[in-house]
Amino acid sequence: MDLLQQLITDYTLRNVALGSAVLGMVAGTLGSFALLRQQSLLGDAVSHAALPGVVIAYMLTGSKAPLVLILGAALAGWVATGLVMLTVANTRIKYDSALGIVLSVFFGFGLVLLTFLQKTPDANQAGLDTFLFGQAAALVHRDVITMSIVGGISIVLIIVFWKEFKMLSFDSDFGKSLGFNMRFADILLTALIVIAIVIGLQTVGVVLMSAMIIAPAAAARQWTNRLSGMIALSALFGAVAGVAGATISSVQSNLPTGPVVVLGAGVIVTVSILFAPARGVVWTWIRQWRNGKRLRMEAVMVDLFTLAAHHHRADYPHDEAVINMMTNITGRSLKTLEALEDRGLATRLGPSQWALTDAGVARVRSILETSGA
Amino acid sequence: MPLTDQRRHAIEVRDLTVAYHEKPVLWDIDLDVPAGVLMAIVGPNGAGKTTLIKAILGLIRTAAGEVSILGHKYKRQRNRVAYVPQRGSVDWDFPTSVLDVVTMGRYGRIGWVRRPSRTDKDLAVKALEKVGMDQFRKRQISELSGGQQQRVFLARALVQDADVYFMDEPFQGVDAVTERAIVEILRDLRRHNKTVVVVHHDLQTVEEYFDYVMLLNIRKIASGPVAEVFNSENLRITYGGRVAFLKPTASADITQSQKPG
Repeated sequence: MDLLQQLITDYTLRNVALGSAVLGMVAGTLGSFALLRQQSLLGDAVSHAALPGVVIAYMLTGSKAPLVLILGAALAGWVATGLVMLTVANTRIKYDSALGIVLSVFFGFGLVLLTFLQKTPDANQAGLDTFLFGQAAALVHRDVITMSIVGGISIVLIIVFWKEFKMLSFDSDFGKSLGFNMRFADILLTALIVIAIVIGLQTVGVVLMSAMIIAPAAAARQWTNRLSGMIALSALFGAVAGVAGATISSVQSNLPTGPVVVLGAGVIVTVSILFAPARGVVWTWIRQWRNGKRLRMEAVMVDLFTLAAHHHRADYPHDEAVINMMTNITGRSLKTLEALEDRGLATRLGPSQWALTDAGVARVRSILETSGA
Repeated sequence: MPLTDQRRHAIEVRDLTVAYHEKPVLWDIDLDVPAGVLMAIVGPNGAGKTTLIKAILGLIRTAAGEVSILGHKYKRQRNRVAYVPQRGSVDWDFPTSVLDVVTMGRYGRIGWVRRPSRTDKDLAVKALEKVGMDQFRKRQISELSGGQQQRVFLARALVQDADVYFMDEPFQGVDAVTERAIVEILRDLRRHNKTVVVVHHDLQTVEEYFDYVMLLNIRKIASGPVAEVFNSENLRITYGGRVAFLKPTASADITQSQKPG
């Protein structure tokens, strides 16, 4: 409760939480498209490549205004993306290799510039290195406004070009055959993804920002089969991770913001992968286990039926050991027999003697009918 | 207008060449396809069948060549052309519904930014009815079988209401029921004087399903009515004398000669 009050009244915390929420929302929205277009790694390249852009933008202008630095980062990210695409189109180097090369060269260059700048007597440069791992605590009102406007425009553009972006992500060639300029749509969407990345750099940092592009989207995909639902959820997950991470790290002053935000997103992904209905791993296991159990029960019932058929009496009892020998699914059928007893399909007639009940016989007949045996 | 269309060729390709890293994948293709035929494009793997369709549709860069559709440059005729890509070319786990995919066939008429209307959705449902998939309209596309996916793609092309259809391996990996259903749809299109070009890999069904054929292996080996050009000589040139491919046609020749009339 105290925390909630702080979120509303505390100036710093409010800015940090709001900024992280905006960053998570925009990253979640655009990240969904990156994920669906199988361009998740692009986020990694763009964010790392943005570092030299930030430093150069400061060196050229001497300003640390968020818009200037964001523009620098976006430009560098954009150049890097272009370089990757040019490399893939004109050489035999594959996409992932091109991405890896561009990413590390740009990032390395950024580190060189940053170190060089730190050795100069210019005191004003202090703080640029927060772009490495991010520092949400440094967010001021002005930053949040800038992030909101840029992020807001991106989301509006997504809504405006919804149909085109959906077609681009699902079947770009088909869109082209309809006469749409898919190249334009591609450039626009990629530009928006770059924007989503760079507005989060100050908070989460270049090293971890790609996680904010991938994680909320991957988590959201688990819960829904609709694009709109996925993007709304992804935006929500991003925002939740942002606020949670920012709040935790500002309450606990020795925790870094960026990593905590990313950890928050990681928790959401883990829960989603495990527990989302239909796609969740746990539900899949449960379904498989239930299917397996049903199959085992059916197999044992058919065995009992076959055995009894030799005696011209469907309820002729047999020893568990005989059934164990017949069943080829697992060695032990006692558990299965007990489960059948619970359901009233088989009955125990002696210490280890079992027979089908009338209901069991009827069930076997219907199984044999549907299987065409 | 239909009259002039009939006199002109539905598809005219001149000197079409496509190269990939300086290596030609399609070499100097000339092709005339009359209106109202079902044409199969056959040839071995790597012969450039898919590339030819993509080049005609302007989806890949061509080194040379011109394409006209129903007497005009392709770019002016885009909304008279429909395209069914290979089923495997998209991610069927994409979060979208059957109806949504089919509605994409209307996007060309809808244009930029505007949303599909009630009418667009109704037309999409009608197309789904034609392929026998209307009860699946709300399904997530990942829940479909291969044959159902193919029908959805076909419905998306039908909703384009075009005059010329290009289909890339529509019979690839579909069940027998779907194959029959697709053939029926192709014949229905032909009855309405539509032109359909199909990349096809099953030589044994060429004579049954199609009335026009193009044999392709980087260069055009032959094109024309099935009865005239689909013979073992042309097949041998196209497939480089691989016996396995010749056998079915040899037997097909015999069955045809035995047919009365």
